Amino acid sequence: MSDNHSRIVEVLFQGLPFTVVATLGGIALTIVLSLIAGLAMLSRSRVVRGISRTYVEIFRGTSEVVQLFWLFYALPILLGFQLVPLFAGVLVLGLNHGAYGAEIVRGAVQSVPKAQVEGAVALNFSPAQRMRRVVLPQALVEMVPPFNNLFIQLLKGTALLSFIQVQEITQRGQSLVPNFGPDLAFIYGVELVMYLVLALVITLVMRLLERLTARRVGRTPMKVGTTA
Amino acid sequence: MSHTPEPMVRFDGVVKRFGDNVVLDQLDFTVAPGEFVTLIGPSGSGKTTILRLLMTLERVSEGVITVGGEPLSHMRRGDRLVPADDKHLAAARRRIGMVFQQFNLFPNMSVLRNITEAPVHVLGLSPAEAEARARDLLELVGLGDRCDEHPSRLSGGQQQRVAIARALAMRPDVLLLDEVTSALDPELVAGVLDLLGDIARTTDITFLCVTHEMGFARQVSDRVMMFDHGRVIEDAPPEQLFTDPREPRTREFLQAVLDRS
Repeated sequence: MSDNHSRIVEVLFQGLPFTVVATLGGIALTIVLSLIAGLAMLSRSRVVRGISRTYVEIFRGTSEVVQLFWLFYALPILLGFQLVPLFAGVLVLGLNHGAYGAEIVRGAVQSVPKAQVEGAVALNFSPAQRMRRVVLPQALVEMVPPFNNLFIQLLKGTALLSFIQVQEITQRGQSLVPNFGPDLAFIYGVELVMYLVLALVITLVMRLLERLTARRVGRTPMKVGTTA
Repeated sequence: MSHTPEPMVRFDGVVKRFGDNVVLDQLDFTVAPGEFVTLIGPSGSGKTTILRLLMTLERVSEGVITVGGEPLSHMRRGDRLVPADDKHLAAARRRIGMVFQQFNLFPNMSVLRNITEAPVHVLGLSPAEAEARARDLLELVGLGDRCDEHPSRLSGGQQQRVAIARALAMRPDVLLLDEVTSALDPELVAGVLDLLGDIARTTDITFLCVTHEMGFARQVSDRVMMFDHGRVIEDAPPEQLFTDPREPRTREFLQAVLDRS
């Protein structure tokens, strides 16, 4: 590897912590917002449903980049203070993907057979207990694969944070372009591999989670030979 | 002193409509404490709807259901009855348990936890008490050694036994049996019915049972009610209803069931 190449790799790797933190922060916020908004969409209260529906439609229906500019450039003019770029980025990623996740949660909860709820009613569980002890644990299994997709999209969405000067992988790459013009292919090639590896890590974790949750509801066939 | 005690279950002019479809039509009947009443009749005659109304899985369109003297579908406000709210329903259905055709066991819990979960979180039993109760009940239904098993690893008959144990763990006054053997393989039916017969004989639980197992109904029931088009058309002790039915419609129905088996 030439000096140029090792310098490029070094600079791109400086971006890795930012990308990882933005991804993890975004995922954490996505999970929280998805659950809240997804369950709120199933509420009996029309007002609660309306609020969550509004949130989902606004953040799903507008551009992530515009949301980012709003939060980072326009909001400070209205509020009088500016958010730390990385924080603003995590916020937008979470708000945006939470809107998609809300639909995943809603769909998964609705996919749990009605008979399960009736079984819980017959045991006199309260509505909250039915959700927490019976429905959500079963819905979780349905949520994991679509959330895997969503988290990978979120990872790739962190590249947008370069617009507000977060020093993540893509921004680092762009900073190299003026001085390392001839190595453009190499720069983008390394970026490609970095995102791919991160995406594979997400998939790996989610597949483990999928197997774990599926086993908890008895979906996975038991190991051969353990049957009595 | 009166010789007719307060009925455990009372239907007063109960009507249930789904849209324009009248499923139960001005239904009046009572069930005495400890009585085992079987509901028979062609499918679509409203038998299961009666159980679902009692379990508060459906709401009455008209009329009043009373359980143990307390209105179930309604609550008292002053001297009027108004439709029950969630809180009242929760209090009212404490006395009632149900066993379903498809068992409805919770797949996210072990056999034991299926039985302990509600006693702990609804009745407020300590986990140790609930577990002791659950182990006793699993022993009773013949599954004492399957506590830690996952429900999906049990046969249909075993799952239904767990569901029975789960309902009994709540110590209901009234137990509703909704075609509990209809989803079972034929060779598993007898075991579950024997178990239910034992429970009916040895406890003072009031039973309402919807079944197509006429042999069982005849053996275990104190009374059999024949339904057709949302009404009780015949209500008699099993010996009489099965051997000498008064209504031609009952005779036809019993003949059809016999021909099938």
